[in-house]
Amino acid sequence: MSSQLLRFEDWTSPVPAVRREVLKALPDGSVDTPPVLFVPGLGHGAWAFAEHWLGHTASRGFGAHALTPRADLSLRAYVHDVVQVAASLPRQAVLVGHGVGALVVSHAMARYPARAAILAAPVLGGWGTLGAALRANPLGTLPALFGAAPRLSRRQLFSADLAEADGYRARLVRGPADVYRKLLFAKPAGRPVGEPPILVVGSPEDRVVPRKALDRTAGRFGTAPLLFPGMAHDLMLDTNWREPIDAILDWLIKELATQAGG
Amino acid sequence: MQDTTDIADRHDAVCVIGAGASGLVAVKNLREHGFAVDCYERETSVGGAWNWRHDRSPMYANTHLISSRPLTEFPDFPMPDDWPDYPHHSQLLAYLERYAEHFGLGDSIWFGTEVVAVTPVGDGRWDVSTRSTGGGAERVQRYAAVVVANGHNWSPKPLSVDTSAYRGQVIHAAAYKDPAQLRGRKVLVIGGGNTGCDIAVEAAQQATTVWHSTRRGYWYAPKYLFGRPADQVNDRMLQLRLPLRLRQFLYHRTLKLTVGDMTRFGLPVPDHRPYESHPVVNSQLVYYLGHGRITSVPDVTRLEGATVELADGRRIEPDLVITATGYLPRFEFLAPELLDLDEDGKPDLHLHAFARKHPTLAVVGLVQADAGLFPLAHWQSVAVARWLRLRVSDPVRAATVQQRESTRPTRSWTRLRVVPSSRHWFEVSHTSYLRALEDLLRQMEPA
Repeated sequence: MSSQLLRFEDWTSPVPAVRREVLKALPDGSVDTPPVLFVPGLGHGAWAFAEHWLGHTASRGFGAHALTPRADLSLRAYVHDVVQVAASLPRQAVLVGHGVGALVVSHAMARYPARAAILAAPVLGGWGTLGAALRANPLGTLPALFGAAPRLSRRQLFSADLAEADGYRARLVRGPADVYRKLLFAKPAGRPVGEPPILVVGSPEDRVVPRKALDRTAGRFGTAPLLFPGMAHDLMLDTNWREPIDAILDWLIKELATQAGG
Repeated sequence: MQDTTDIADRHDAVCVIGAGASGLVAVKNLREHGFAVDCYERETSVGGAWNWRHDRSPMYANTHLISSRPLTEFPDFPMPDDWPDYPHHSQLLAYLERYAEHFGLGDSIWFGTEVVAVTPVGDGRWDVSTRSTGGGAERVQRYAAVVVANGHNWSPKPLSVDTSAYRGQVIHAAAYKDPAQLRGRKVLVIGGGNTGCDIAVEAAQQATTVWHSTRRGYWYAPKYLFGRPADQVNDRMLQLRLPLRLRQFLYHRTLKLTVGDMTRFGLPVPDHRPYESHPVVNSQLVYYLGHGRITSVPDVTRLEGATVELADGRRIEPDLVITATGYLPRFEFLAPELLDLDEDGKPDLHLHAFARKHPTLAVVGLVQADAGLFPLAHWQSVAVARWLRLRVSDPVRAATVQQRESTRPTRSWTRLRVVPSSRHWFEVSHTSYLRALEDLLRQMEPA
């Protein structure tokens, strides 16, 4: 087990600073709710949350922020960026990770005492993720086994009836296969610090995250997943985007009330 | 915050004394472990020593970090990564203020409130008497535990030489605030530690004449080696677990190749090997010695009239003497036996943190390491919080932990070989110390 206290890598070769893209939507006036930080998965950027979820979260009284992964990506650098942005917010932040962003959030939680964490359609890596990708999109995934960049298909990410799907797909960034491999086979995250409440959400129809993986992830944090049947992997861009974010915020409000009461 | 004037018993709440860096981490980590916390701070704002507005702050205008940013920041709340390697003290204060704000610690802190006395009640609980710094009556409240975080850089250690017959001005380094105090004067700086060297360098830029008196030769490390902050280079060697002798050899070689022979600048030969004293990190001292702006002189033996007599018989006539003699810990609100204080007022604590005979009394931040203090104070306070929680939740396991800790050899977490100077009593190697703390934390890991 690696040391939580002796962080030689961070001490001797700190992650280089970059200019980070952070999009935000803030509620009117000052609020005493914790800020929410959305962490997109691979290929996506802050724009994916700016589309619907940022504005909606702000309209429900939470400061909403979304981070775009840096160009020269690694798990370590991504976790570093998430913790940097979280620590720059005025109050202890709620972390929301989508897809591989959930993997990043699970690692960030071991480094930063999040107020709460939400893992949406979480891709926590391992062989299961690869198997699911091969089943859903063999042509896009196979080349990745031989070093080419994987290509996510339209039906993997979006519902069939989503009109904007082609436009969204055009905005996806293809990273080097090497980044995918390193992320998906990274060592599991350490224990979260500060015991944040954790919620896992997903869809049984998700073609990236199999139902079993969803249950396993939720089980790891001692809960059951909150399901949104009929939705595709990209919950925040789906036609029904409002449902999951409302459920997430309802859960958050309830958790914050319990914390204040207890 | 609720009004508690008529509630003397705070039940399971923990009292934290001081809202400097160590007090703030203690409040945050205790609250994170589910404790109610009352923190008392005599000043009206957070930051302790790092807040230059505070009476007891030793900051001067140009204070910068001695250890680099990654080795100084809190492990769970990093400093902004676009800050310099060695931030200014005003940035450190902003960092502490943001930490307090971020974790909402203000709700637990009573500002302008001084702790007058802390006395054990007998069942592991404590009566804490406080008073408003503005005056007024004392108030006594009962707590389940007390965490002392009152700092150790505010009570100046007196110079060992009598200064009463001296006509020039003598100030402690704590009273040095601004380069204007040095301008156009003949200045003698006494002390070879980091502060003494920093002030000697400042004086070299402002004063007409500068003498720098040190008792012994030190290993002056530059702030940068191979283009990296020197402590980061050093930790690379620690990461590789190179043996001490090899590290000493490499240190020696590197210094020889970069700075060269220090005695050529009039500095005494160190009477100890590298890594056997608290690191003194200063790139500019040698530079100003080489430019003749600083004259290195030996120990001071006598101050009388207008002259200062040195150990080699030389006599100099400065008009300002700055004593960078360091500080002594002070716990005037605690009976000396509670922390096992020796005659100099230095406590004897397990892991420099836990009172040996009082399981509900701890001190946070009373260590000195070859790295920044904040990470050590953070993990100390996590250990204190876990310990206090375990005592209540699982007394049997707590007793086992206590039993095991009592057999932990002191030499596993203290620095073995240091020069016998009084300033080294609480010196630790940050890696050995954190390993010991991590071992303790694992024993107390929540199930």
